[in-house]
Amino acid sequence: MAAISTAPAGAPTETPPVPPGRAARRRKLVPYWLLLPGILWLLVFFVAPMVYQASTSVQTGSLETGYQVTWHLATYWDAFKEYDLFYLRSLIYAGIATVLCLAIGYPLAYTIAFKAGRWRNVLLVMVIAPFFTSFLIRTLAWKTILADDGIVVSVLDKLHILNATAAIGLTSSDRVLATPLAVVCGLTYNFLPFMILPLYTSLERIDPRLHEAAGDLYARPFTTFRKVTFPISLPGVVAGTLLTFIPASGDYINAELLGSPSEQMIGNVIQSKFLTVLDYPTAAALSFMLMAVILVIVSVYIRKAGTEELV
Amino acid sequence: MIVLNWLHWIRRHLVVFAAIAALFYMTIPNVIVLIFSFNQPKGRFNYSWNHFSLDAWTHPCDVGDMCTSVSLSLQIAVLATIGATILGTMVAFALARYRFRGRAPVTGLIWLPMAMPEIVMGASLGTLFLNMRIQFGFWTILIAHIMFCLSFVVTAVKARVMSMDPRLEQAAQDLYATPTQTFLRVTLPIAAPGIAAGALLSFAISIDDFIITQFNAGPSTVTFPMFVWGAAQKGLPVQVNVIGTLMFLVAVLCVVAGQLLGRTRKARS
Repeated sequence: MAAISTAPAGAPTETPPVPPGRAARRRKLVPYWLLLPGILWLLVFFVAPMVYQASTSVQTGSLETGYQVTWHLATYWDAFKEYDLFYLRSLIYAGIATVLCLAIGYPLAYTIAFKAGRWRNVLLVMVIAPFFTSFLIRTLAWKTILADDGIVVSVLDKLHILNATAAIGLTSSDRVLATPLAVVCGLTYNFLPFMILPLYTSLERIDPRLHEAAGDLYARPFTTFRKVTFPISLPGVVAGTLLTFIPASGDYINAELLGSPSEQMIGNVIQSKFLTVLDYPTAAALSFMLMAVILVIVSVYIRKAGTEELV
Repeated sequence: MIVLNWLHWIRRHLVVFAAIAALFYMTIPNVIVLIFSFNQPKGRFNYSWNHFSLDAWTHPCDVGDMCTSVSLSLQIAVLATIGATILGTMVAFALARYRFRGRAPVTGLIWLPMAMPEIVMGASLGTLFLNMRIQFGFWTILIAHIMFCLSFVVTAVKARVMSMDPRLEQAAQDLYATPTQTFLRVTLPIAAPGIAAGALLSFAISIDDFIITQFNAGPSTVTFPMFVWGAAQKGLPVQVNVIGTLMFLVAVLCVVAGQLLGRTRKARS
C-alpha cells in the first residue's frame, strides 16, 4: 500500500520479477515510445515542410530546369514590394473581423454561461451546429443574403446607410457584394465559433457568487462586469482573438467568394502563385513572411495581454 | 410609467437581445441553404429564388461527380480520424502522465499547427511533396489531414486525462489488477469521452477542410469542399444544398442521440 501511494501519481507499477534497475529504465522510455509516432508525423509533415519552404523561398529556377538554392533573397524584397498592400489589407480585414467577433461573441457566450439556465446545452448546440454544414456552402449562402436585389441591400439603401458606408469605402453606393463589407462580414461569420467557445469556457468557470459579492458591495452591474467578470475571462478573450485572427489573416475563401479583385488578401496571392502561376519560390517567400508577421503580432499581443497559459 | 418600465426591462436584458441577434447571424446562412435546396434556379447559379421544386432532393446524385466527391471526403475523414485519434491519444497520455526531458518542446510542437494559418501549412507541405516528386492524390490529402487533426486530438484527450483522479488506478492495482487490466478496465473508460471528443473534432475538421486540401490534392482528386469550390466558379447545382442540409441534419441527430444516450446512462447508474 505505502509503496504504491508514494509512486508518482498515476505511473503504472511494474510487475515484481523484472529487476528494479531495468524496470525503471524501461519505464523511463515509456513516454518516448508513446510520443514517437505522433511526433515523428509532425516532424516529417509539419516541421520539415516549413524548413523546406524556407529553402524554396531562396531558390531560383523553373519547373522544367529544376530549382537550385541560390540565396536569392531578392525574392522576398520583390514579393514584399509588390504585395505589401495585400498584407496590409489581410491584417486590417482580419483585425476588424476579430473585433467584430469579440463584440458579437461576448454577449452570446455571456448569455449561455450565466443566463441560459436549462437552455444552456441547446444554445451550445446552436453555436456549434452551423459548423456541420460545409463552410463553403454557408459562405456562398451570404451571396444570396447580400445579393443586389436582396432584402439587406434594399433596407440599407432605404435607410441611406449604403451612401454613408460608400463614403468611407466600406461598400459601393448600390451594392454590398464585392465590397470590403461583404468580405469582413464573411470572415466574421466564419470564425465566430472560434471566438465564442473559448470565451464560454472561461466565463463558465466563474463562480456566480462572485457577481453576488460584487453586488453586495454596491457595484453596479456594469462595474461588476468591468472589474470582475471581464478580467477573469481575459484568457478566453486572448485565446478567442488568436483563434480568430490567425486563420482570418491567412484566409482567401471569403475574399474570393464574396469580394472582388480589389478585396483580395495575401492568401489569394499565395494561392494563385502556388496553384495557377506555379511560381513556387515567390509563393514560399510570401507564405513565410505571412507566418513571420503573424508570429510577431501574436507574441507582442500575448505579452501585452499578460497571459501565457493558453493551452 | 409603462414606457419607463419597458425601457428598464429592455436595458436589463440588453445582453440577451445581443445574444439572440448573434445567434440569428450564425444561423441564417443554414436556413438559406435549407430553403434554397428546394429552389429551381433560373440560370446555373442558385443565388436567387425562382420556384419550388423537389428535384434536387429526389435526384441528389444527378450532377457530375458530386457524390463521388462526397464519398471521397467521407473516406478521408474516417481514415484521418482513426489515424489522428490513435497517434494523438498516445501523445496525450505521454504528456498528461509522465514527466520527461523534452516535454516543453513537444508541447510547443503540438500547439504550433493550431497557431498557424492553414495556408502556410498547406503551401509548405505541398512544396515538400512537389519537390520529393510524390504524386498528389488520396494519400497526400490523408497525410495532411492526419497532420492537422493530431493537435486537436491531443488537446482534447490531454484535458480529460489530466482531470482524472489517479487514485482510481491505484485502487484497481490494490485489487490486484495487472497494469493491462487497469488500463483497459479503468483508464481507458475514463479517458473515453476525451478520446471521443477528439475523434469527433477530427472528423468535423477533416471533412470540411478546404485550404490545406487544395494545396495537397492535385488535379484529379476532388473532395466535396473542392467540388463546391469548383462549382462556385462555373455554376452551382442545387444538389450542393441538399448535401449541405443532410450533413447538418445527420450531425444534429448525432448530437441529440449522444445527449439522450448520456442521459439514460446517467439515469441507470
